[in-house]
Formats: sequence, structure tokens, C-alpha cells
Amino acid sequence: MLRGAGSWITIVTLAALATPGVAADYVAPRGPGGEHPDLNGIWQALNTANYDIERHLARHSMQLRDGPHGPLPAVDLLKLGAVGAVPPGLGVVTDGPLPYTPEGLAKKRENAANWLERDPEVKCYLPGVPRATYMPHPFQIQQSAAAILIMYQYANAVREVYMEDVGEAPVDSWMGQSVGRWEGDTLVVEVTGLNDQTWFDRAGNHHSDQLKVTERYTPVGPHHLRYEATIEDPVTFTRPWKMSMPLYRRMEPDARLLDFRCVEFVEELMYGEWRRQPLPRP
Amino acid sequence: MNTLSGSLAGGLLAAGLAGAAMAAEIPRTPEGRPDFSGTYNVATLTPLQRPEMFGDNLVLAPEEAARIAEEEAARLAEDLERDDPNRGAPPKGGDGSTGAAGNVGGYNAFWIERGDGAFQINGEFRTSIITDPANGRFPTMTAAAMKGLMERRRFYRENTGEAWWLEAGGVGPYDDPELRPLGERCLLGFGSTAGPPMLPVLYNNTKRIIQNPDTVVILVEMNHDARIVRMNAEHAPPDQRFWLGDSIGYWEGDTLVVDTTNFRNETAMYNATRDLHVVERFRYGEDGQLIYSFTVEDPNVWTEPWSGEYPWPRTDDRMFEYACHEGNYALGGILRGARILEQETMDAKPDAGSD
Repeated sequence: MLRGAGSWITIVTLAALATPGVAADYVAPRGPGGEHPDLNGIWQALNTANYDIERHLARHSMQLRDGPHGPLPAVDLLKLGAVGAVPPGLGVVTDGPLPYTPEGLAKKRENAANWLERDPEVKCYLPGVPRATYMPHPFQIQQSAAAILIMYQYANAVREVYMEDVGEAPVDSWMGQSVGRWEGDTLVVEVTGLNDQTWFDRAGNHHSDQLKVTERYTPVGPHHLRYEATIEDPVTFTRPWKMSMPLYRRMEPDARLLDFRCVEFVEELMYGEWRRQPLPRP
Repeated sequence: MNTLSGSLAGGLLAAGLAGAAMAAEIPRTPEGRPDFSGTYNVATLTPLQRPEMFGDNLVLAPEEAARIAEEEAARLAEDLERDDPNRGAPPKGGDGSTGAAGNVGGYNAFWIERGDGAFQINGEFRTSIITDPANGRFPTMTAAAMKGLMERRRFYRENTGEAWWLEAGGVGPYDDPELRPLGERCLLGFGSTAGPPMLPVLYNNTKRIIQNPDTVVILVEMNHDARIVRMNAEHAPPDQRFWLGDSIGYWEGDTLVVDTTNFRNETAMYNATRDLHVVERFRYGEDGQLIYSFTVEDPNVWTEPWSGEYPWPRTDDRMFEYACHEGNYALGGILRGARILEQETMDAKPDAGSD
């Protein structure tokens, strides 16, 4: 025999169990200006979405070739051994499989087969949105009463979230144009004006310049945000789809963004052959 | 845009009228600190170092300011006229003109944005950004720094289309990407645009300040560099080094002071080393402008500290993404071009030797 109060407690308990560490009635402290929740801090995703946003088993390598008994690492990645393997992941896509058009799916497979040559991350290019969020690096939100800026450790990428209508993006860019608004305690960011050069992950998932990303940042505990992104791209996908993941606050007392100006680390790859005395190359 | 003499008179008038009331009227945060949040375009025709003809005169006469502005306007107008979009390609090998991009065209008026006049503080035009030493020029360099500078100067040669460095011997300027300037490599914007100290450059001079009590971020357009100033914090341990240094901030009354150390060997500030120490100050001047001032010291380079100041005028423009590396075809082209010149020079050698 259940009484009303008892079943209510049960529901709350179940909700809390469903998202560990998250209280259903969590109210975040207010940020600068006192009106909206405080998103200031250094955050990071803890998942394998940058390897593959879809649910995946561990696999030999980021780029594969056929072996006599199944896939093996591509020649150029062979020497990495276990370091070059793809760790398994639950996936961050909530309504998969990804609804590619036939052409979109063909291109995804082609991208995966030519990953090393094609992934913009290999060349230290700006990551775009949403990939910037779940790169294996922290990012910092700088929030004032009137403005929000997101700074990423990877490639010192940065984007301002304009909290006013700024019209259409003047021209496409790598990080796009972000326009934000508050829906209760959720920061909703619409990102448009993205170019077609960025990817979603190292698995070759891609998009066109018609991409629109609608992100939602919601505090769900003192040290957690829920991040959701709705992806719309009628050129590449047959319907909108979503990803969702927790973001974790970096808790080290001296947590900060460090330098990862990877441009320095790709000069030999991109320009080394034109040295006056070229070094050995693979 | 006003004529320069017009804006000078306007500036003096505004400064006079504002007077004592100004101190109370500066924008403030809810915590009562001066609020520097906003977008700025720091372009100016006033140079960092004072032209020697002005001696110890920090103040630029209005007639001189007018002349400088007119000359820039005339130069831009001439440039725009020459840049008819229907013009043909330049002749093979270039048109013989000099400039940053060689003689096949490049940085014309479309790209260049150095502002339209010298800057003013409290209605007075200035001859230089540097205020100390009194002559507005860099202090004497140390012997070691001078030696290093002379070694680098060996590379400063006009592009004559020949691989001159083969004959000069030793390391050539285009041997490796690491020998090219940080700006060319898209590691930092050129000319200390992100600094510190943050200095005006040829173009892309937008800055954006987003401020809260714990952190002040100064976003620098070129190359999408966010300087994160941790307020009331301590510097990182000495073995942690940063491309833009480690910046901590504190308030001195209504002045925001930013102290930066922990640089790498490669710094944005020309000639400086990892021992660079920069103290920057942000305050509202009597004329209501944001005044940016700084003191630079690096005992490896300069025999004494030096200081400068200039205003940061607000702009209604938004900052656009400056994706440098993603479109950097130049660095590869520079290296490949050098290899071609070397090959041509070596191919030509047998002929030269046969006389």
C-alpha cells in the first residue's frame, strides 16, 4: 500500500539514481549580476565522444585496414600499438543511429578510411561546435552580468556567446556565430555560420555549412553541467538529432587552462618536407 | 568623420566641460569597481617609438597631427584608386614596388587599418606611445641583446629573387619553419598585438574585455587569443611558462593592475626573453577614455625599464574570428619558394664559374 508522500520520495530517489550526483531540485548559485546561474569555471567532458560520438566498442585504431582475420591498424598508425587504439564508449548521441543521407553516410565512411589525412584535428585546426566541448581538454566559461565567453585549451579556440540578436553571421567561420539566451536556468546557444571544414569526431562524422547547433547548458549540481546539443543539417542528415553528456568541473585547486598551441606541433607534419635539410619522414 | 582639427577642438571642449564630474560617472560593476567591459579598437597612427625629430616632446602639435592624418588619408585614397577590382594581374616577377608583401601586391588599403589619426589624451595629441625614457624611445639594449639583434639583422634583406644566403654561408633565414617569425607561423599575432604589452599593429586591432570579480579576460582579435587575468591570485610556479605569460590582477583604487611573468623564450614583445616582466594598468582618464599604460622590464634586453600609454577607444563593431593557421598557405610557400631559389642559384653556378 503506497501513500502519496511515499511514492513521491520513490520518484525523487529514482531520478537521483538515474543521474548520479544530481539532485532533481538543484538550484545553482547566481552568477555575476545576480539573475542567472553562475557558469563560471573550468569544465571538461569525460567521455570518448571525440573518438566517436556514437556508441562504440574498443577498436584497433583510429584508422583501420582489412587484415586476414578482421580489421587491423592502418600502416601509418601501426607503431602506436595500444596507445593508438580507440577506447570504448557509450556514445553521446541520444537518438541514434545518426540519420545520414545516403551521400552523407558514404562520405562518413570515406572520411573514416582516410582519417589521418582528413581529420582537421590532426592539423590543429579550430574544432568547431560541438566538437570543441568534448575535446580531451578543459575549457573555461567567463561570464559577466552582460557577456559570456567560452575559451578552450585546445588550439586556444574561443567564441563569444552574444546575449543579444546580432543578425546573421557576416560570413562562415570555424567556431561559428553563437547567440545565447536564458530559458530558466538553462543557457541556450544557437550556433550558425559554421563552415563545413570541421568534424564531430575522429570517426569521420561530418556536416555541411548548413549546420545549426542548438546547445543547452544546465547546472545540475555544484560541479556538473548537463550539455545537450541539437544538430540540424538538412544537407547531411534526414532529421535533427541530439547529443547529451555531463560536463565536469575541474576540481584541482590550481585548475586553469594551460597552453596547447598545437600549431607548433604540426609544423613538421605540414611543412617539414620543405626544410632546407629535410628530416627523415615516414 | 570629423576633420582632425575639428576633433581636436571637440576633445578639448569635452575635457573642459566634463571636469570634476567625470570621476563619479565612470561605468562601475555591481561590486563598485570600474567596469572596463566592452569592445575596443586600439588602432592609432601614433608610433610606439617617437620619431627623433620630436626630441623630448611628448605632445604633438595640432598642425603636425593634422598633417599625419592627411598624409594617411591621401595614401589610402591613392591606394584605393589603384585597386580597381577590374585591373589585370601584376606582371610576372612583380611591378617593382616595395612593401610588406613584396612587389606582386598584397596588403593594400583594404587590409590596412592603422586608425585615421594620432591619439589624444586629455585633448593633447601624442608623439609616441613610449613615455619613459623621456625621448620616447627604447632604452639602451644590453650588449648581449644587441649582439643577438645584429645576428638576426643578417636576415633582414630585401627579396631580390636570389638565394643570397647561400653565398653568405651559415644558417639561412628560410631554412626551417622555426626560424620564421611567430606571426608568420600563426603562433601569436605579430607586433605584440596580444603582448603583453598589447600594442597597436597594422590591422585587426580589436580587443574585448569581459570582466567579473574573479577573472578579467582580454580577448585579442589576432590570433583569437584570450588573456585570462586571475584576480588576486599568485603567479604560477616558475617552471610553468606561457606564450602570453601568466597574468594576475589586482585593484589599486580605480586602476586595474595586471602583472605578467612566466613567459617562454619566444615572446610576442619583440626582442624580449623569458625574463620579461610587464605591469599593465587600465584606468578611466579624465577625458573618459580607457587609458592603457604599461611598464616593461627585461634585464636581459634593456638596461632600464620603459613605459608607455595610449587610449583604447570603444567601438560598436564586433570581433570576427581570426583563424590564422587554418589558412596559412604562406609559411609553406615561403619555404618552398626558398628551396626553388636555392635550386635556381645552384643551377646557375656552373655558368658563372665557366667564364
